[in-house]
Amino acid sequence: MKPVDPRLLREAAPARRFLAGTVLLGAVTTALVVMQAVLLAHVLAAAFDGTVATAALIGLPAVVAARTLVAAGGESLATRASSLVKSRLRSRLAGRSLHTGGTADARPGDLVTLATRGLDALDPYFARYLPQLVLAIITPVAVLVVVARADLTSALVMAVTLPLIPVFMILVGLHTRARTERQWNLLERLGGHFLDVVQGLPTLKVFGRAQAQAAVIADVTAAHRRATMRTLRVAFLSALVLELLATLSVALVAVEVGLRLLDGGLPYETALLVLILAPEVYLPLRNVGAQFHASMEGATAAGRALDLLGDRPSDGHRSAPSIPARIPREPAQALWLSHVTVRYPDRTSPALDDVSLAVEPGERLVVIGPSGAGKSTLLAVILRFTRPESGDTGFAATPAADWRREIAWVPQDPHLFTGTVADNIRLGHPDADDAALRHAAALAGAASFIEALPEGYLTPVGENGSRLSSGQRRRIALARAFLRDAPILLLDEPTAHLDGIGAAELHDTLEHLMAGRTVVMVTHDHRWTGSADRVARLDAGRLTIGAPLEGELMTTAPLKVLS
Amino acid sequence: MTAATRPPFVRLLAFARPLRAELLVAAAAGAGATAAGIALLGVSGYLIARAAEHPSVTALTIAVVAVRALGVSRGVLRYVERLTSHDAAFRVLGDLRVGLYRRLARIAPHGLRGFRSGDLLARLVSDVDDIQDVIVRGVLPVAAAALCGGVTVTACAFLLTPAAALLGAGLLVAGAVVPWTLGRLARASARRATAARGDLAARMVDVFSGARELIAHGAEDRALAELARADAEVVRAERRNARAAAIGAGLAVGVAGLTVWGVLVLGVSAVSDGTLGRVPLAALTLTALAAFETVSPLPAAAVRLAETTSSARRLTAVLDAPDPVHTPATPPPLPETPIHVRVRDLWVRYGPQEPWAVQGLDLDLSPGRRVALVGPSGAGKSTVAAVLLRFLDPARGTVTINGRDMTAFAPDDVRRVIGGMPQNPYVFDSTIQENLRLARPGASDEALRSAARRARLLDWIEALPQGWNTPVGTHGAALSGGERRRLALARALLADPPVMVLDEPTAHLDPGARAALTADLLDATRGRTTLLITHDLTGLDEVDEIIVLDHGRPVQRGSHQDLAHRPGPYARLTAWATA
Repeated sequence: MKPVDPRLLREAAPARRFLAGTVLLGAVTTALVVMQAVLLAHVLAAAFDGTVATAALIGLPAVVAARTLVAAGGESLATRASSLVKSRLRSRLAGRSLHTGGTADARPGDLVTLATRGLDALDPYFARYLPQLVLAIITPVAVLVVVARADLTSALVMAVTLPLIPVFMILVGLHTRARTERQWNLLERLGGHFLDVVQGLPTLKVFGRAQAQAAVIADVTAAHRRATMRTLRVAFLSALVLELLATLSVALVAVEVGLRLLDGGLPYETALLVLILAPEVYLPLRNVGAQFHASMEGATAAGRALDLLGDRPSDGHRSAPSIPARIPREPAQALWLSHVTVRYPDRTSPALDDVSLAVEPGERLVVIGPSGAGKSTLLAVILRFTRPESGDTGFAATPAADWRREIAWVPQDPHLFTGTVADNIRLGHPDADDAALRHAAALAGAASFIEALPEGYLTPVGENGSRLSSGQRRRIALARAFLRDAPILLLDEPTAHLDGIGAAELHDTLEHLMAGRTVVMVTHDHRWTGSADRVARLDAGRLTIGAPLEGELMTTAPLKVLS
Repeated sequence: MTAATRPPFVRLLAFARPLRAELLVAAAAGAGATAAGIALLGVSGYLIARAAEHPSVTALTIAVVAVRALGVSRGVLRYVERLTSHDAAFRVLGDLRVGLYRRLARIAPHGLRGFRSGDLLARLVSDVDDIQDVIVRGVLPVAAAALCGGVTVTACAFLLTPAAALLGAGLLVAGAVVPWTLGRLARASARRATAARGDLAARMVDVFSGARELIAHGAEDRALAELARADAEVVRAERRNARAAAIGAGLAVGVAGLTVWGVLVLGVSAVSDGTLGRVPLAALTLTALAAFETVSPLPAAAVRLAETTSSARRLTAVLDAPDPVHTPATPPPLPETPIHVRVRDLWVRYGPQEPWAVQGLDLDLSPGRRVALVGPSGAGKSTVAAVLLRFLDPARGTVTINGRDMTAFAPDDVRRVIGGMPQNPYVFDSTIQENLRLARPGASDEALRSAARRARLLDWIEALPQGWNTPVGTHGAALSGGERRRLALARALLADPPVMVLDEPTAHLDPGARAALTADLLDATRGRTTLLITHDLTGLDEVDEIIVLDHGRPVQRGSHQDLAHRPGPYARLTAWATA
């Protein structure tokens, strides 16, 4: 782990004036600390000689007041810098997601955690670590210069012991970090074990095993404690060494200065100044060490965000310049693919392998195939989320946004967005009036449960529709499609994970939605083949249209075989 | 103050009581380490001032030795503090986990609202970790600071009483008043910030999880604008928080500086009066200067304590949650087999204000009889299973076991005669064998194989490279949905309860896997008293009775032959589903 990530500092460019302010205030703090020490030493030395240093006594509160203001200002600047950087990274991550269509390189849940709690861990980085890092460089050097001018011998003692602190910090850190990290990973796994047992409690109770697990939890935790303490005994040695170095150095200076005072080789005031400043030399370095680990979590999160942003954005959904422009046609007639192959970077076999397909306006095509056969990739190509590696499509020349305007897409697991039920149905048609909205909901069979909600159409849906059942969410997505009223309809597993009853209930609604539209439905539910104009089969990326189907599937569907 | 009215965190500290001695040692070592640092500067001040009077070297010997000893002891004491405090915290963690677990084991799964949400459970588990962390970073620093501050002020009182009083006041302000005020300020602005952060997080979820839908609907710009608005709100909230933090940072420095100055003024005038020697003046001033190290970890500790309040509240909520089922004080012994379960006019709801989940159900599970309970999701089917498994008590009506009211028996005893497969059977992060054996720990290998064979799992298990010792992964991730369900079925068959309740055994499976599993489990339960809860309508011609539940009401009952050919909900539901 590098002490400072240069990319993060670049990212902090808009906050640069705040960071510059932090450095400046660090320098001012150092000056004020030295000034306070000088005044203190002067007052004490004067008192020793039986006089009162009135001017210095009056000056001290002024220095204290200045330090108060500087400390408050520094804290405020650092937090604002952090706030700005976080906001900027968040908006860039969001922009990237909407640019690439959320590619497969990160799970959405991880991204949300990264963009919120992950980046929040940047606060200690900017508010504690960076200012301390600045102080750790400015203060020891400045104080050493002041001490050297007063007493060279003491300055030499400090100059020799001071570099030992970072050296030991690194040495001990290197030795223990790997072991400590392993131990903390183990701790996380142990938390995982506890969670596993707690989540499985209903099952354990059914088999009468619940109470017996309490002893297991106690044993496992105790065993882990013993293992962790063995590691910590070594890990805490690093802190021990640093404490010893810092305090022994101060003790060394105190004794050395005291003995030279005894000989009369040093004035009392100088000795006092050296003694007061001695701890200040070591303090910032120790602080920066303490802040280092706390702040690294945020730096790691930011590094991960920057890694993601550093990727060349996939331009899959933009119109592909490599494919020659052709004469625009009526959109539904443009729904054809010719020798399209799609390959994902980390896979050896293609997701779609030389697929050719033309869907006539008003035609209903059902594509069946097992999971992982490429069904979703086919829809992603039509939706322009994925650009084919080779091959041609009828819609490549149309700007992606225009093309998508012709399409209503009902995904397998529809997302419900923050906002009201009405906002969600209006997603694809924001200007629709209330009458149209209610009509679409009624067509989707959603009107009755929506009207039963506390605030009807204006009920907030909660995080990803948590207050609605999965069947209700599906119906909201169907209402979305009814309201969008687009000529092309793409259905992704409309009855997946629905039992017989749920699928039967949805069947009529879907029939209604498909009527009069050009439909591409991908599914592994063979019951849909009965009402299809044509059936295609996808297997391992290869598409066969109207091909014979195996076994019992043949018994149900009057297939209209074309080729 | 009774136990229930005490603040949540204080109540949880009861778990630390057995470790009082260890925690005291940790606090004392922590206080000693800080005190050694303060004394180092104080004694050094004395040493230098005394040396400036040019006495003989022997006059300084004690001070010189003391300074060196203090230099060493500080690091050593800190080391002792860290080791003892972490060890104690781990022990508290163990006790807390066991305590929480025992309570959860009593009330799961229906005793806590929203208990079934995996998120809530995960949060509870990390709440426990929070409490152990707060002992090290929240409680012990406060105890050490109080101890060390007291010792320092007392020591100064021997030199100059007014100065000691001033130092004590300064430490109190910097260590208690400032953190407390800051805590209040931070809490107030955190409340405002929480709403803004929640909104931002929700919009982030939309943008990341719903990216493709936003793009497909041409709604990217609207979403980004909403996000920018939510983001600006968070930035504003953070700026308010920053103001509180800035005031705190400034006050900490200001109070320390002014106190040292006050001690200096008092000291200098005492030297002029002759009530204080010029050598002790140096010791006193430098002690005051170093004393504020005592309180420096306190603002962070206050924040940590405040952050933990909600964790502590959630944990005490679990510890206080009422039992969802009545447990008799002196339960009668279990009835003998054969077991006959009879449900009469059963009404159930999840709370007094909640809608009825089951309304007026009659059900007869005489020995050997198989009944299917069908209906759309949300019809109340699983609520019936929860009542039979004694996870929930009926609100009205009765459930009897061999003629005796079920609530008269101990819940654990009831589950010995009524068992099976709960909804979403859980697969533990262990091996196949361990997952199966938990149903009957003493079962022979042959019994295991037989149960697996009847669940049609044996061939598959034996074909695996690691066989019975194959790890199943977190939540059984290494298994397919069908394999997980079959493992749960094998578990139920191994436990072999007289009455078997199978709650949605085929949920979330592909049509093909569903049909195969249904056929197998109907095979395996032939001749056993079984309640099959399902919304899958294939193969039900084999059961003795089908009850169709809708909105908690039994709307139709009879055999498959009766129902399939009579117009009604059952015929309607099967029409397309089996087309």
